[in-house]
Amino acid sequence: MAFLTENAQKHLANRHRKSRLFALLCAIVTWSSVFLLGVLLVRITLDGIGWLNWNFLTSFPSRFPAQAGIKSALAGTLWLIVMIAFISIPVGVSAALYLEEFSKRGRLATLIEVNIANLSGVPSIVYGILGLAIFVRFFGLERSLISGALTMSLLIVPVIIIASREAIKTVPMSIRYAALSLGATRWQTTWSHVLPSAFPGIMTGVILALSRAIGETAPLILIGAASYVAFLPKGPMDSFTALPIQIYGWASRPQAEFSELAAAGILVLLAVLLLMNATAIFIRNKTEKRLK
Amino acid sequence: MALAELVDATTEKKQTTEAVLELQEVSVLYSGKPAVKKVSCTIWRNRITAIIGPSGCGKSTLLRSLNRMNDFVDGVTIEGQILFAGQNLYGEAVDPVEVRRRIGMVFQKPNPFPKSIYNNISWGPSINGYSGSMDELVERSLQQAALWEEVKDRLQDSALNLSGGQQQRLCIARALAMEPQVLLMDEPCSALDPISTAHIEDLMFELQSRYTMVIVTHNMQQAARVSDYTAFMEMGNLIEFGETDQIFTRPEKKRTEEYVTGRFG
Amino acid sequence: MSDSIPTTGLSFSIHKGVTRWGETAIKFWLGSCTALSLFTTAAIVVLLLVESFDFFMAVSPIDFFFGTRWVPLLKPSSYGVLPLLWGTAQIAIGAALIAIPLGLASAIYLSEYASAQVRSWIKPILELLAGIPTVVYGYFALTFVTPMLRHVIPDIQVFNALSAAIVVGIMILPTIATLSDNALRAVPDSLRQAAYAIGATSYEVTTSIVVPAGLSGVMASFLLAISRAIGETMAVTLAAGQTPNLSLSMLGSIETMTAYIVQISIGDTPSGSIAYQTLFAVAALLFFITLMINVISQWILGRFREVYD
Repeated sequence: MAFLTENAQKHLANRHRKSRLFALLCAIVTWSSVFLLGVLLVRITLDGIGWLNWNFLTSFPSRFPAQAGIKSALAGTLWLIVMIAFISIPVGVSAALYLEEFSKRGRLATLIEVNIANLSGVPSIVYGILGLAIFVRFFGLERSLISGALTMSLLIVPVIIIASREAIKTVPMSIRYAALSLGATRWQTTWSHVLPSAFPGIMTGVILALSRAIGETAPLILIGAASYVAFLPKGPMDSFTALPIQIYGWASRPQAEFSELAAAGILVLLAVLLLMNATAIFIRNKTEKRLK
Repeated sequence: MALAELVDATTEKKQTTEAVLELQEVSVLYSGKPAVKKVSCTIWRNRITAIIGPSGCGKSTLLRSLNRMNDFVDGVTIEGQILFAGQNLYGEAVDPVEVRRRIGMVFQKPNPFPKSIYNNISWGPSINGYSGSMDELVERSLQQAALWEEVKDRLQDSALNLSGGQQQRLCIARALAMEPQVLLMDEPCSALDPISTAHIEDLMFELQSRYTMVIVTHNMQQAARVSDYTAFMEMGNLIEFGETDQIFTRPEKKRTEEYVTGRFG
Repeated sequence: MSDSIPTTGLSFSIHKGVTRWGETAIKFWLGSCTALSLFTTAAIVVLLLVESFDFFMAVSPIDFFFGTRWVPLLKPSSYGVLPLLWGTAQIAIGAALIAIPLGLASAIYLSEYASAQVRSWIKPILELLAGIPTVVYGYFALTFVTPMLRHVIPDIQVFNALSAAIVVGIMILPTIATLSDNALRAVPDSLRQAAYAIGATSYEVTTSIVVPAGLSGVMASFLLAISRAIGETMAVTLAAGQTPNLSLSMLGSIETMTAYIVQISIGDTPSGSIAYQTLFAVAALLFFITLMINVISQWILGRFREVYD
């Protein structure tokens, strides 16, 4: 046989060693990401936990770090979550339903699909520019909550569409056929059978999209959300600030205290995101159980 | 080493052959559940051994234990010994990669790599440090697999452009390029049409003089046509093992007789 | 036995009419939501083109695309975009150099080596990393990475490209890891079995057979990640600085296209001026570049998907 030599034996041992090293390397790299996340969270917590108290949550921003708080930013973010949800979820899910249940395969459908994929890859700052031109200027909505909410909705609707489509695709055709064979219309089938079945997956996608919207800063900067807002918004037309904007504002200041304030703000933002994701998981588990 | 005598059907001469693999009370368990139970038999050099039996009897599992492909299944345990050239395949110091170089395998569904025909064949030898002429090796392997004439002008074409039967012959050539001592074939024709099947059965006859082959097949007629020895398995047990002629015409066990006469399975 | 066929409420004809009208209205609503995506793209393109057109009336495209000085706000002004492009490129290349090898290695570990249990831990962690807001990464770059780098490279400035590139690399790593992992898992197991049966080690099977078989998905993930790095705003705005230049060193302050857009929009540049129009020109360039990369990435996915059988 051509391979039965001592060189071959050594060669084989080398190959095994290489393989083991490679596997080890890949493992180390992967676990490093975990480690890195830990470092990130620990560092931010250490920096910011000192400033995280009731006072911080209930004060407005101030030139003096000791008196500065996150009240207006938190309120702005909460307002935004609700408004963005109300706008983007119906639009995004409707579009997804249309593409999956009502439209026919064809050039137009493919064009729309490609278009949505492209939109989800457009940098968020471009959406900010779009929002500035359309909502702030053209529609004259000024630098208000509604401008911000509309802009962020434009940003995340493609994400919601893509995620919802995936969820809708997993609903087996047999459910639809069963409903249709009973004489239900397409919409009745969709509303009563497809949507509930796809709900957990849609929910997950929606929450992920909303989480992204809450964390985005650039579009809000573009439409003019300020970072020194010392009042609470009372309606959609009021000007506002939001958590990421406030964090950015503090982080750009050179003084060490403001840096720490930024860390505290980050902790609040992460807490909000955590809460949102936990709610999503909770809702998903509840609805998945009901379907089983 | 154990010897056996076989009367050559055409020349009626007695030929001795030696044992290549000796299975001694081999059991294979998946998470504690036995799929193969205490099988003992011998695989003779330059002979074709067929493993037949109804679905789920453990024939593929047994075959895969011969080249340690079962190692990839979680929770698998092997008991007993499989001696190859005197060494237990599952011994402490045995390298499974070495085992697979010496004992090659062709799978049920043709699975050529998404590479050129040439690279499909050359990959195995090249990672093993083959230092001879690769072109010659590729040609030799393709000729042995009776595929050379059909592909010699398009060696750089993708292997995926070949027909099913051609792809399977390519997989055989790929395995032969490693110059294995034993070639395992797991239902090699079940995904192919009758003409391709006939080609591959002819191929088996040609390869017999140089290679030892173990074939799992659910097609009894194929086993009868092609093999020298047959092992009949049912529910993980080796019911009977012997020369093919004997198994099919004068089976010793009742179960064997029922199976080969088509009463079940 | 009665003559009439029992019905359950409304007679059929009226019921049908109402349903049909409602059905059409609903279809119209759903379709409009879908059409919104087309309008969005059209709006972006029209807006950027029209405003850039105004800009290019005043500044020659040659000066813009090939000029090496970007000084739009001071006199004497210069509108060469290359420094901004170079700033963006430094970040994207630096981030890619980190994220591509590390992300691919993670994907290989997840798909070829890790047990299902390990996967179930690591995948959520990667999702978490991906979900962290970019402003947090900017903060991290400024307050953690730069001081740490200073221990090793004392010359490094407070605002520098290296910290930002590192942090953006970490940010896009989960994208590469998850998408490449999907691509590798899609490679049929029969190919792995065939490769192992030849007598190959896991390293050989993975690098010679599995990764090449999943290459289209892997490459698409690289492109997507690079596109994200190019469009990244907050990390570079916070950590990389606001001094556009063509220096080769990554240790000093630079400016990316995205950071510039932020700078202009925060500042008080008057709305109609050329200086303000630069915002649209730079944004148009940014949009075009990311669009090209995303289109190529989708093309790769579409074109080479049928690779296995």
